[in-house]
Amino acid sequence: MKSNTRLDHRIIFDIVDPGSRVLDLGCGNGDLIYLLARDKNAKVQGIELSDEAIYECVKKGLSVFNSDIESGLVEYPDQSFDYVILNQSMQEVTKVDFIIQEALRVGRKVIVGFPNFAHITARLRLFFQGKAPMTKALPYRWYDTPNVRCLSITDFRDFCREKDIRILEAFYLGETAVIKFWPNLLALNAIFVLTK
Amino acid sequence: MVKKEQTVGLVETKYFTFAEPPHEMPLEFGGKLGPITLAYETYGTLNADKSNAILILHALSADAHAAGYHRGDKNPGWWDPMIGPGKPFDTNRYFVICSNVIGGCKGSTGPSSINPKTGKPYALSFPGITIGDMVRAQRYLIDFLGIEKLFCVAGGSMGGMQVLQWVASYPDRVRAAIPIATTLKHSPQQIAFNEVVRQSIMSDPAWRNGEYYEYGQPERGLALARMIGHITFMSDKSMEEKFSRRLKNGNYNFNFGVDFEVESYLRYKGDAFVKRFDANSYLYITKAMDYFDLSGGRLIPPGRRVDTRFLVISFKSDWLYPSYQSQEIVRELKMRFVDATYCELRSTYGHDAFLVELDEMKEIIRHFLDKTYSGADVLRVYEI
Repeated sequence: MKSNTRLDHRIIFDIVDPGSRVLDLGCGNGDLIYLLARDKNAKVQGIELSDEAIYECVKKGLSVFNSDIESGLVEYPDQSFDYVILNQSMQEVTKVDFIIQEALRVGRKVIVGFPNFAHITARLRLFFQGKAPMTKALPYRWYDTPNVRCLSITDFRDFCREKDIRILEAFYLGETAVIKFWPNLLALNAIFVLTK
Repeated sequence: MVKKEQTVGLVETKYFTFAEPPHEMPLEFGGKLGPITLAYETYGTLNADKSNAILILHALSADAHAAGYHRGDKNPGWWDPMIGPGKPFDTNRYFVICSNVIGGCKGSTGPSSINPKTGKPYALSFPGITIGDMVRAQRYLIDFLGIEKLFCVAGGSMGGMQVLQWVASYPDRVRAAIPIATTLKHSPQQIAFNEVVRQSIMSDPAWRNGEYYEYGQPERGLALARMIGHITFMSDKSMEEKFSRRLKNGNYNFNFGVDFEVESYLRYKGDAFVKRFDANSYLYITKAMDYFDLSGGRLIPPGRRVDTRFLVISFKSDWLYPSYQSQEIVRELKMRFVDATYCELRSTYGHDAFLVELDEMKEIIRHFLDKTYSGADVLRVYEI
C-alpha cells in the first residue's frame, strides 16, 4: 500500500482478513476495494450512485452496481459477504436503521465509517460563533452538504445499544493518526466494526 | 491518450449453410429446420488460440452488416461507431462476428426464403422460432469458425436477449457478456406493442395470410407497424428535440396529410422499411421476442457455476426496455454470485440510445473489454 493512502482506507484495509468477500456500499471511485482486491486477495463488489465514479471503477477492472445503496441490497442472500463496508456513506442515507440491518443481514461483519459531529471544532463553532458545525471531516456548508444524518460517536454507540448490535472494534481518527482519548471530543472520524 | 478510430473499410457478407436434411436443426418448440443459411460478416483477425472472438447480436430489424461499408454504399453498418480499429470492439485486437438471425430476411433463412421441398417461399409454413433457436443456429456458425469459447457476446434490445440466451444455453462458451437495453422476459407492455404491430400487418388485405410473395409486400400494414415501432424507440424528450411542433410546409392543411415534421419522419421511416424488411419476418421475430423468458432461474440453471463476466447497460430515458428490467438481470446474476457490473447511462434518446454514438457507452465497454481481455489484477472468480 502506498504511504499516501487515506487514513480511513488504511484502517479498513487492516481490518479485512485476506481472501474475504467484501461489499462496499457507496464505493466511490473504487480505491478502497481495488486495494483490498489487489493486495488482500479479497473478492470485492461495490454499489455506487455516481456515473463518473462507476466509470472509474470499471477502468480499474472492478465489478460495480450503479444504484443508490438503499435499493441495491435487497437481492443479496443472507451472509453473502464477510464484510459490508459503509464508509462515509451512512450519514448520506435517510433510512440508516434499515441500511445497517440489511448490511448486517448480508454481511457477517459491517464496517461503518462516519464523521463525528461532536468534534471540538464543531462544538466551539456552534458555541462561540453560533454557526452550524464544520470540521476537516465535515467541510460542507449547511446548504451544500450531502449529509442528511448528523451524529456523534456517542450517538452511534447509543444506537448500537438500542438495536442490540455488537461493536467488535472501534477506531477514532484524528487528522493524520488514530487517537485514543476522548474520541467524542477529539476524533474527526470514527470507524466501527459491527456484528449481530 | 486517445487512439484514432477508423473504419473497417470495405466488407462483404458471407454465407454459411448447415443442417442439411436429414440433419436438420431441432427447434425449441418442436419441429426442425434445415437446411439453414446464416448470413454473417467478420472484422479483424482470429488469433492463433482463437481466444479473441466477439459475437455481436443484432436487434429486431438489423442484419449481419454491423460495420464498414458494402461496395457502393454511402452508409456504414448499423453499429459502425462501436466496431473498428481503435473503437470499443477494436478490430486491431478482437475478431468480431455478426450474423443475421434465423427468421430474418437479410440473407439468413426465414419465412421469405425458398423452401427446398416446395420450391416456393416458406411464408407461414416456416416453423415457429425462438431466441433460443436463433442462438443455437449461431452456435453452428461459431463451431464452423472453430471457436470453442467466445471472448464476448454483446448486443442491444433483442440482441441483448440473445446475449442472455447465449449464457443460458452455453455458459462455458462465453467469457464476457454485454446485454444492453434489454430484459430477462418480455413484459405485457412489450408484448402489447408487438401485438399491435402484428395486427397492423395482418389486417392489411395485401398480407394474404402471409402468401403475398407473388404480389408484393403488405405495404400499408408493414409501414404502419414500423411507425408504431419508431414511436416506442424514441423518448418524449428526444422527439421534442428532434421535431418539436415544427411544421413540414409552414402551415396547417386540414387535409389529413402531413402537417408536422414528426408525421413526415414516421411516414418516411415506415415507407423506407417496406423496401428493406419482410412483413412475415417481422411477425416471426416479434413473436420470438414475446416468447422470451429467462426469469425464474432459467438464466443460470440451479447448481451451475458461471464464470462469465457481465456488463449490463440501460438508459435512463428508455421506456420500452426500462432500467428496472436491466436491474432484474443483475439481481438474478448477483443471487448466483456471477460477476456483474451494472450501469445506467444518461441519454435522452430512449431505446434508440444504444444505436446512437454515445461516448459514455463506448468508454465503459472499451474499459470493460480491455480489463477482461488482459486480465486485470483485481479479477477474481467469485465462489459460492
